[in-house]
Amino acid sequence: MSPLDSDIAHLLAGSMVLLSFLLLYQDRMFALLNVFALHAYALACSVAWQAYLQRAPHLFITALIALLFKGVIIPLALRRIVVRLGIHRSIETVVSVGPTMLFGIALVGLSIVVMLPVTQAEGPFVREDLAFALSVLLLGFLMMVTRRNAVSQVIGFMSLENGLVLAASGARGMPLVVEISVGFSVLIAFIVIGIFLFRIRERFDTVDLQALDMSRGEAL
Amino acid sequence: MSQLAASGVGLLLALSVLGIFAARRTPGTRLIYAACAAVCAGLAGVALLRLLAPAGGLESVEIPIGLPLGRTFLGLDPLSAAFALIVNLAAAIVSGYAIGYGVHAREPQRVVPFYPAFIAGMNLVLLAQDAFSFLVGWELMSLASWALVLSEHRSPENRHAALVYLIMASGGALTLLLAFGLLAGPEGGYSFEAIRRVSASGVGPIVLLLALLGAGSKAGLVPLHAWLPLAHPAAPSHVSALMSGVMTKVAVYGFVRLVFDLAGPPAWWWSVPVLVIAAVTALLGVLYALMEHDLKRLLAYHTVENIGIIFIGLGLALAFEASGLRAAAALAFAAAIFHVFNHSLFKSLLFMGSGAVLNATGERDMERLGGLIKAMPATAVAFLVGCIAISALPPFNGFVSEWLTFQAILLSPQLPQWVPRLLVPAVGATLACSAALAAACFVKAFGMTFLGRPRTQAASSAAETDRCSQIAMLSLALLCLLAGILPGFVIDSLGAVTQMAVGARLAPQSGQAWLRIVPIDIHRSAYSGLLVFVMILLAAAATAFAVRRVASHALRRSAAWDCGFPDASPATQYTAGSFAQPIRRVFGSVVFRAREQLTMPRPGDTAVARLQVELRDTVWDALYTPIIRFVAATAERLNRMQFLTIRNYLTLVFAALVALLIIVGTWR
Repeated sequence: MSPLDSDIAHLLAGSMVLLSFLLLYQDRMFALLNVFALHAYALACSVAWQAYLQRAPHLFITALIALLFKGVIIPLALRRIVVRLGIHRSIETVVSVGPTMLFGIALVGLSIVVMLPVTQAEGPFVREDLAFALSVLLLGFLMMVTRRNAVSQVIGFMSLENGLVLAASGARGMPLVVEISVGFSVLIAFIVIGIFLFRIRERFDTVDLQALDMSRGEAL
Repeated sequence: MSQLAASGVGLLLALSVLGIFAARRTPGTRLIYAACAAVCAGLAGVALLRLLAPAGGLESVEIPIGLPLGRTFLGLDPLSAAFALIVNLAAAIVSGYAIGYGVHAREPQRVVPFYPAFIAGMNLVLLAQDAFSFLVGWELMSLASWALVLSEHRSPENRHAALVYLIMASGGALTLLLAFGLLAGPEGGYSFEAIRRVSASGVGPIVLLLALLGAGSKAGLVPLHAWLPLAHPAAPSHVSALMSGVMTKVAVYGFVRLVFDLAGPPAWWWSVPVLVIAAVTALLGVLYALMEHDLKRLLAYHTVENIGIIFIGLGLALAFEASGLRAAAALAFAAAIFHVFNHSLFKSLLFMGSGAVLNATGERDMERLGGLIKAMPATAVAFLVGCIAISALPPFNGFVSEWLTFQAILLSPQLPQWVPRLLVPAVGATLACSAALAAACFVKAFGMTFLGRPRTQAASSAAETDRCSQIAMLSLALLCLLAGILPGFVIDSLGAVTQMAVGARLAPQSGQAWLRIVPIDIHRSAYSGLLVFVMILLAAAATAFAVRRVASHALRRSAAWDCGFPDASPATQYTAGSFAQPIRRVFGSVVFRAREQLTMPRPGDTAVARLQVELRDTVWDALYTPIIRFVAATAERLNRMQFLTIRNYLTLVFAALVALLIIVGTWR
């Protein structure tokens, strides 16, 4: 493959990492959803580029799934949930942005340090792609850990899953069945979490998880 | 032949299922035990045939279940055949004993279904030709025997024993799992064939350590013996006989299989930890046994001592084999396996005897027994034979194997390294010391239980045990005598085993005159059990003749001799505690941190005089108590982890992930 091809792949994967950082400090719900949609578009583009590079038509389907579900359906549905929950105007208290970003940078460094020696047998292209994917995954996890709002946690989880898909598409040869089943499981997780959000709100009048922690034991 | 053996295991498992239904009625229970006896006898026959067969290739049966990567192989090579013979011979006779004894169980449905499964598990371990079936058999054996230990679950002591046993057994199985994992290497060939072919270098010492931990905990090597005196007596006596007499042998087999067969050629220093642990085990085991007045616990502690003797033989074999002294290695190894055989005979016999006593009197405490030789003559004779044999006195079998071990010890100056050359004589001295103490121990066991006058009502109203049990015990006693008189036959049939384990065999013994055995050279040492037996018989006959004929026949009547019996109460007899006191004085202050406190009332005072003796289990205090405390404290800390928030859990997972990634990243 030409250097340009791999540069484009890196650009797309790198933009996912960048968007993950954007996700980390968004404190407004709608902005968060928009960035997540962007994240999914970047994923779709990246996977589609991989499909083109690897001459693997089934990866186009993967890209399409990512675009449809994660880029359109899930953000729209989450937007409805947010509106119905009435939290679209609230500002989430994000744990101090500065340290979180620094920690995120450290995580990216870590994933590069880990991935590059481990995958020495592979070509440089796959290696760097995997490093990006691992950073996306870790950043998603970091987001789940630092957020209190359940909706933001869902988004953290989804972006983590985007990292998984990125890794799988770069590593040549994830079967379509696996991809589809992962996609469906994410959808189901989304539905379940969505239902739970409403149930939680019904009981506690909030989706702040701290309220849950206080009354654990008798509820849930 | 392997098919026959494998189907025997299948039959035992089927019996175990049948046992669930059969245990409701006494005839059903008897039937199951009888069937077990028949199957075990068949298995023993198959194993004997395999052992005596001229060397043939290993034919193994493939079973279509197992790990996804490997298949399950069952087969009998000489080593498995020797142990299968030992295990099944004892198991057959014990099952025969259980036809009579087993019906006394309070809740037979808790015993009968597990009993065949226990034997099946042991046979599966022996037949296994791959790590998977070995471990499955090992776990089946452990869990079935655990259930049997727990069969009288109402007493809190038994529940405690079962808990300790379960923990030790799972720990042991874990270390064996690790050992096999190391041996299988990165390709993961789990059949013994594949492991032998790979013989990964460098893992040998770790495998030795893991085998000492895993097999040693099952066999009862100090300091991993703690469960043994708790669990063996807790089970019904026929199960105790199997656990102590047979299951510990399966553990020895596991050690031999791992270290001699699979771990590759040994280094000379491997023998050092084995010899040291074995010598300590032998000495401590017999000291514990001497301090114990509970008959079944005494026997269990004594198993620890005998395991020590067996491992001394194995350690010597390792030392000789590593230095290329194959003939000496064969001698030491044959001595160890011979002792395995002997111990399975007399320990089963002794446990069956103690079961008969327990059944007749309801007592296990020797201080409450006595005088049973009049009420239970057959049991007493069988028990006496077991006592003489285990004390390593000629002409019985225990003497032969310990004598062979000593012959191997006397060859130690041939060793090139000075560490074992200095160590082995010390081990020999320890072995001699423990043999002498063992004799003292069994003088106590037999004397307090069967001689003197009954100390309690229960002991005086005892009656002889049933016919099946008597036959079983007397047949084992006969086997002890036969193995003592015909040791050459046993040594010859172990030839193929030593050939397989250490690559040499002892010279054939069958052609020797007077049935004697000559382990090394006729000019060096020889022993004829038959001659000794004949001489003992002649001497005894001559003494009897002299007493009858030469001594005065005049009838004398006199008042009861006061000395020792100022009043007629049986409580004034010599007790087990007083018998053990001199030895306690010698060893007790160090080994048991014994403390004696004497409260003597002043003359004229009518208060009771009191002698309080406090013994502590130093091994338990030094090793187990800190571990228990540590686990309890850690559990207490970890308990808080149950009440974290979801976000905290996520954080923990995240931190763990990052930590692992950092380790991976900084590894090289």
